[in-house]
Amino acid sequence: MNLTLKIWRQKDSKDKGQMVTYNVTDISEHMSFLEMLDVLNEQLVNTGEEPVAFDHDCREGICGMCSLYINGEAHGPDRGVTTCQLHMRMFNDGDTIFIEPFRAKAFPVIKDLVVDRTAFDRIQQAGGYISVNTSGNTQDANAIPIRKANADLAMDAAECIGCGACVATCKNSSAMLFVGAKVSQYALLPQGRVEAKDRVLNMVNQMDKEGFGNCTNTGACEVECPKGISLTNIARMNREYLSASVKED
Amino acid sequence: MSKRKGTTSVGRKILMALSGLFLIVFLLQHCAINFLSVIAPDMFNEVSHFMGTNPLIQYALQPVLAFGVFFHLIMGMYLERQNRNARPIKYAVNKPATNSNWMSRNMIITGIMVMLFMALHFADFWIPELKTKFIDGDMTGMNAAGEFRYMEEMAHEFSNGIRVAIYVVAFVFLSLHLLHGFQSAFQSVGFNHNKFTPTLKKLGTIYAIVIPALFIFIALFHFFNQHA
Repeated sequence: MNLTLKIWRQKDSKDKGQMVTYNVTDISEHMSFLEMLDVLNEQLVNTGEEPVAFDHDCREGICGMCSLYINGEAHGPDRGVTTCQLHMRMFNDGDTIFIEPFRAKAFPVIKDLVVDRTAFDRIQQAGGYISVNTSGNTQDANAIPIRKANADLAMDAAECIGCGACVATCKNSSAMLFVGAKVSQYALLPQGRVEAKDRVLNMVNQMDKEGFGNCTNTGACEVECPKGISLTNIARMNREYLSASVKED
Repeated sequence: MSKRKGTTSVGRKILMALSGLFLIVFLLQHCAINFLSVIAPDMFNEVSHFMGTNPLIQYALQPVLAFGVFFHLIMGMYLERQNRNARPIKYAVNKPATNSNWMSRNMIITGIMVMLFMALHFADFWIPELKTKFIDGDMTGMNAAGEFRYMEEMAHEFSNGIRVAIYVVAFVFLSLHLLHGFQSAFQSVGFNHNKFTPTLKKLGTIYAIVIPALFIFIALFHFFNQHA
């Protein structure tokens, strides 16, 4: 198929940036979206132009590195997939495709389609972990009984790959689905309860410091999340926050 | 260390939800009392007089209500400003309708429309009531003929077709606001339950349609009653 691509080009974080039009031909419907961009970049390199910078790593939908706002939707028009798993069969010959970086004040553009998502790392560092003594006396995890339903919910929350599609698609650029998932995956397990109070307060504070917006429960994040992270995780975070707010040290 | 509670994004949304739920409860009793004007005008007069003169309602609940309305408005506008700042550069192409409904994305528009209506509503009913009671010092609730004045005053306000039309439009906006706001408030305070949330959402939809529809019916009833 032959396509017209309108791609956001921005030299660096200080550049104003603009949409630039490219044409690609003979694109196979079996290609992934990133492979289609590889074809474009080869074309640009061959003509001496600067290739389009975009994030990617595993290309298996599990690392959370790829992003892109494609035709007005995070990770494109397919549901439950990252951009690397989006196939060109979702498009038609002759289509014009708009490709933009994830937009949020907390995700500044580094170059072209690459954005800085280290805000998520800092939120995670603020409390998204369990302190474990690794001096040789570590308890066997299987020695702690965990209700199956809770273990399943914790695993569902832990599916979050931190790609940032929730922020990109939210009209408020809110990160609450991400933070809700990270708070939930620990809050649901006995090992995570010990630090539950500090975790939710510190992660929410860090989220606010990074400049993300407020959640207004539109549900867009849940729909666009490639891993199907549920809004129930945001409700759980809210409960954890309420509970942490009234508990005394 | 954590910031003061209520000053974080999660704290603010919880406060927004609690003030919204408070207003939802208020709206229910307001609608019930107003409906008495259709089915039992004498009882409407008596209940209105009780509501307008009971010290607990006047000096305790009414200030709380006024604060609730003001807080919900100011906090809503503050959050909207923060949310707009969180994305300084907009998308060239965006398709929000593919993942969320119009009501959830436009709470600020429907909310401002409702608040504009409330300015008119206050000018129609609340301010004249305060003047009669606290400036003129008339706490009797009676007109010159020695009868309760509440029913008569309401009928007078709803005799104007333009005012009734504004009321109808305002309650459509209120309905749109509640269609998202009702269930959203429960999510914000952390209530999302596999078993109960679907029922709660249905209840919210029923509330958001029935209550504004009843307010519209009451306004139209009094209008047509006088122009039949």
